Amino acid sequence: MTDQVLKQITFTINGVKRSLAIDIRKSLAEVLRQDLGLTGLKQGCGVGECGACSIMVDDVLVDSCIFLAVWADNAAIRTVEGEARDGKLSKVQQAYVDEGAVQCGYCTPGFIMATTAFVEQCEGKTVSDDEIRKAHAGNLCRCTGYQHIFNAVEKSMTPDDPMPGQDDHPNQES
Amino acid sequence: MAVGKSVKRIDAVAKVTGRARYTEDFFEPDMLTAKYVRSTIAHGRVTAVNTDKARQIEGVEAVFTYEDVPQTTFATAGHPMALSEVHKDVEDRLLLTRDVRFMGDEIAIVVARNELAASEAAGLVEVEYETYDPLIDPEDILAQDARPIHEGRSNIVGEHNYTFGGDVDQAFDQADHVVEGRFATAMVQHCQLENHIAHAYMDDLDKIVIVSSTQIPHIARRIVGEALGMPLSRIRVIKPFLGGGFGNKQDVVLEPMVAFLTLKLNGRAVQINMTREECMLCTRNRHPFYIDVKTGVMNDGTLVARDMDAISITGAYASHGHAIAAAGGSKQSSLYPKAATRFHARTLYANIPVAGAMRAYGTPQVIYALECATEDAARKIGMDPVEFRLKNVARQGDINLLSNKEILSCGLVECLERGRDFIDWNRKKKDYEQFKTGPIRKGLGVACLSYASGTYPVCVEIAGSRIALNQDGTVHVLVGATEIGQGSDTVVAQMVAQTLSFPYEDVLVVQAQDTDVTPFDTGAYASRQAYVVSNAVFKAANQLRDRILAHAGIMTDEDPKHLDIVNARIVDNRTSEAVMDMKTLAIDSFYHKERGGQLTAEISYKTTTNAPVFGCTFVDVTVDIPLCKITVNQIINVHDSGVIINPVQAAGQVHGGAFMGLGAALSEEFLIDPESGYVYNNNLLDYKFPTFTDVPPLNHDFVETFEPTSGYGNKALGEPPVVSPPPAIRNAVLDATGICINTLPMSPHTLFSAFKSHGFLDGKGGQHV
Amino acid sequence: MFNIETHIKAGSVQEAISLLMENPNARLIAGGTDVLIKLREGKPAFRHLVDIHGLAELNGIEKLPDNTLVIGSGTTFTQAIESDIIQTHIPILTDAAGSVGGPQIRNVATIGGNICNGVTSADSASPLFSLNALLSLQGPDGTRHLPIADFYKGPGRVDLGPGEILTAIRIRPEDYEQAFGYYYKYAMRNAMDIATIGCAVCLKTSGGTLTDYRLAFGVAGPVPIRCREAEKAVKGHPLTPALLEKIAATVVRDVNPRTSWRASKEFRLNIITELSKRATKKALTRAGEELS
Repeated sequence: MTDQVLKQITFTINGVKRSLAIDIRKSLAEVLRQDLGLTGLKQGCGVGECGACSIMVDDVLVDSCIFLAVWADNAAIRTVEGEARDGKLSKVQQAYVDEGAVQCGYCTPGFIMATTAFVEQCEGKTVSDDEIRKAHAGNLCRCTGYQHIFNAVEKSMTPDDPMPGQDDHPNQES
Repeated sequence: MAVGKSVKRIDAVAKVTGRARYTEDFFEPDMLTAKYVRSTIAHGRVTAVNTDKARQIEGVEAVFTYEDVPQTTFATAGHPMALSEVHKDVEDRLLLTRDVRFMGDEIAIVVARNELAASEAAGLVEVEYETYDPLIDPEDILAQDARPIHEGRSNIVGEHNYTFGGDVDQAFDQADHVVEGRFATAMVQHCQLENHIAHAYMDDLDKIVIVSSTQIPHIARRIVGEALGMPLSRIRVIKPFLGGGFGNKQDVVLEPMVAFLTLKLNGRAVQINMTREECMLCTRNRHPFYIDVKTGVMNDGTLVARDMDAISITGAYASHGHAIAAAGGSKQSSLYPKAATRFHARTLYANIPVAGAMRAYGTPQVIYALECATEDAARKIGMDPVEFRLKNVARQGDINLLSNKEILSCGLVECLERGRDFIDWNRKKKDYEQFKTGPIRKGLGVACLSYASGTYPVCVEIAGSRIALNQDGTVHVLVGATEIGQGSDTVVAQMVAQTLSFPYEDVLVVQAQDTDVTPFDTGAYASRQAYVVSNAVFKAANQLRDRILAHAGIMTDEDPKHLDIVNARIVDNRTSEAVMDMKTLAIDSFYHKERGGQLTAEISYKTTTNAPVFGCTFVDVTVDIPLCKITVNQIINVHDSGVIINPVQAAGQVHGGAFMGLGAALSEEFLIDPESGYVYNNNLLDYKFPTFTDVPPLNHDFVETFEPTSGYGNKALGEPPVVSPPPAIRNAVLDATGICINTLPMSPHTLFSAFKSHGFLDGKGGQHV
Repeated sequence: MFNIETHIKAGSVQEAISLLMENPNARLIAGGTDVLIKLREGKPAFRHLVDIHGLAELNGIEKLPDNTLVIGSGTTFTQAIESDIIQTHIPILTDAAGSVGGPQIRNVATIGGNICNGVTSADSASPLFSLNALLSLQGPDGTRHLPIADFYKGPGRVDLGPGEILTAIRIRPEDYEQAFGYYYKYAMRNAMDIATIGCAVCLKTSGGTLTDYRLAFGVAGPVPIRCREAEKAVKGHPLTPALLEKIAATVVRDVNPRTSWRASKEFRLNIITELSKRATKKALTRAGEELS
């Protein structure tokens, strides 16, 4: 083992600057969960197949389980914990709640980040159904069949809902 | 009225903010991590284990082998304790084993201060084996001279048969046509996003606390006690938020081991956090089935006789064993109740990974074969497959001849009619006539299902509920019903709100399960939760309502029969005028010096009914013959699950089930080497779990009946949606191509073999379509 | 946690070359989507790392004054997809980049890493074969340019000398101008999958005939391959439906797929012939041609 197992890195996490000595052998997922206690991101596979650990590094969506923590030096990191502010959910989070896109919730933090990255990238553009699906193909969900997540992504992209929180849902999606 | 409304999930905000804490999110200071040493062969016996090198790795605290564990075998299935021998689970498991029964079997375990040291040390444990030929093919397993996979036990774990509806042989003799088919289903996996994980520590000298991702906290507690020979009361199981189970966590997998390790290590916390590869290989999965079906049918479309003979493979250990085949086989009696029917099944051990409970518990395999056979029968007599089903399926008032119970609610006919309309069956049937030749073909398919609401009368169906009025006029609810992501806590809150006439927001359900605290309930399985809990909740809520009104009567000097609760206010039911709000009443009950007390209600209730549920799937597919690919253009599941408590959540269950059915139909299977028993694809890259891009838009509809045996008219919904998509797709592919593909999954490889044997493809790159 | 023994960050290509020379056991890590997975599997060969993640020098896509396209080896698939230069001139690479993994993987995985893995299923490889790409390999003794077809030595083996780094991929104007291509990936899923067969076609047409035709496959042999027989057989062929049949009939002679647990040889052969036709048809459509 190298004697330089610890390395000092500096980054911003959800807008807050942090500097800490990290074990260079750790993934960013491990540093966020274990060193910073940001347990929102989940680990479902460890190899970038499930997307449950998705976060944003400099506004780019990555699987933090296969992203070395040392690469976060000088970067701006966003995790699900930073998305709700002042007691208010982000628009994407609210859409997931409203559309029933949450079941067991284990994939949810990763999906929230994937949708957030997608929505921010596509601001002002019209997107096709296929583009929505492709942009979320790196996140697996075993509960929902993706249908309500799809609805939540669509809702995240529409101008603000004039009647938030209405209860009646059409029962046939297409 | 809270029931019937798509209220927001009680835990949705916790989950979208990342604040919901799952088992891995709980850290104990100085927690150790444990890693199994797994067999590298599928069948054999360990002749020597050397742990010297492993013990020398820095950070390793202990290594245990099969020699160090209690030698009492125990059963792992998440069933309530059976008082009768007939329903007792097979006790065939030790914490660690010397006899290797599948590749990945647990021989030793390393405990270390960190995961790297544990993994490295586990890799350094040297194991020598005497090897035997793996038994994988049913014929080899059943051979006279086959080695018993469990010494002293038959390779047949269980066997049973039943008949109903009259003399089956006579019915076949009288049938105008007899249609036969042989069907096979693959071993598939739950792939819940959260792998199996548990940790344990001792908070006393003789008390173990286990934090685990389990669907069955109370059962886990009992089985840990059995495995370790400890009184149940010394074991406490806590279930935090849970990242999906689908039956994989309806089994004790890690709990006895972490409990054993903390006992051995002086109460220190020890965690086992399975990798995805381990979770896929070494937990549970779905039993593969081989089923022969014979169907007798009359020219007028009457289904008169059915004979099914099934072999179910449970793998290396029994786990849920023959209960799977028995449960799967019992569902057809409420689907086609009039045909003379015989069912025979055997469950076999094999040197492959362990099969256990998985969403719909044997029914997807049996109904797949049944609904393919039903299609073949309809085609034999030239009858429209929907009409054929409409003629033969169950109706309200029919008698389920297996249980001898009347079917009290049944909307299957309407389900079929609505599905047929949605998919535009009649028009497309004509339009697709032109797509029955050439490389690209189109077809329509349908399949029905029936299922049950729980496990009664095989198992006890017990549920508990405690409701307490808070000082601020809201209530907290404790249930033993286990929230695993399916939304049961939300539904319980709706039920309580409905009966108490409280706003939904004023009903708070305690999320985590803790066997020291929460009322007894056997857990989340068998789609039982909302049905079985409904009666306990209904009774508890009514009891609390009576107590609230009694206290209101004392406070107001009124006869409680003149008082009512309306929207969390006490109302005089003669004038409809509000008398007081709930907070006023609560404060008085808590703090008045002479009267009242904390107003609570607690009910433990046993349900002794089991309502059948129904549904169907319609699909529209395109088959690309040269590329051997099926595209599902349109799919709808229509369900009769009684009253729908929460339409959006119910839709989520239907979508999720249909999605899992699509995976099982088209792409998912464990690829097991037939010689060595090696599993090639125990990871999420090589196991083809459909991604967002692989699933068509999912549609659903509900035919709402009212089930009188349920607290709120509701019936099971969690599992049924997974059942009917695979046969519906198979039937649509048959419609498109004229070929019966009777093996799941209908992957490109399966299609290629079928198209080759039908001469469509020559296997050298040539095509004849 | 990964079992990394040494991790040294290189600040430049030159430094990376020196570090590789000083540490002969060290391997390069760029996007990490393969190396970290191998490390997690406990592969000891990857415990010493020279880190070129995010090295600016290796990143970028440009068109030189002589119209040669240069793609830095550290370019991520997402950057390739979003590149106007690639979309305009070699959309076949947009097809291929878009077929890799999922968004998170495409955001960090690099084209250079995809090539240097030496695996036959690499989605960027067969399109680059069909484009006659040249690889710029910089080492202690300077830079050499190697046709991609010569780079692959065998499964997982590529022609990288000690201290040598793939720095860029070059596409010459004669190989892409007036040429139209298409990459058809056949896999078991529409995303997050490795190719069962990857088929790349690059072609030129003139006056109703096929004037240039380059057909390459991934997973049709131990390394990506070009189909020289099929190419020869149809060069100059009129644009008629018979063209596709001719390609399909000849291509089987060029390929050598094997049976593995992922797919049988027969199955792969079937897909190869079908994809050769479908990808050619798609490329012809991009060329504005129709078979008649």
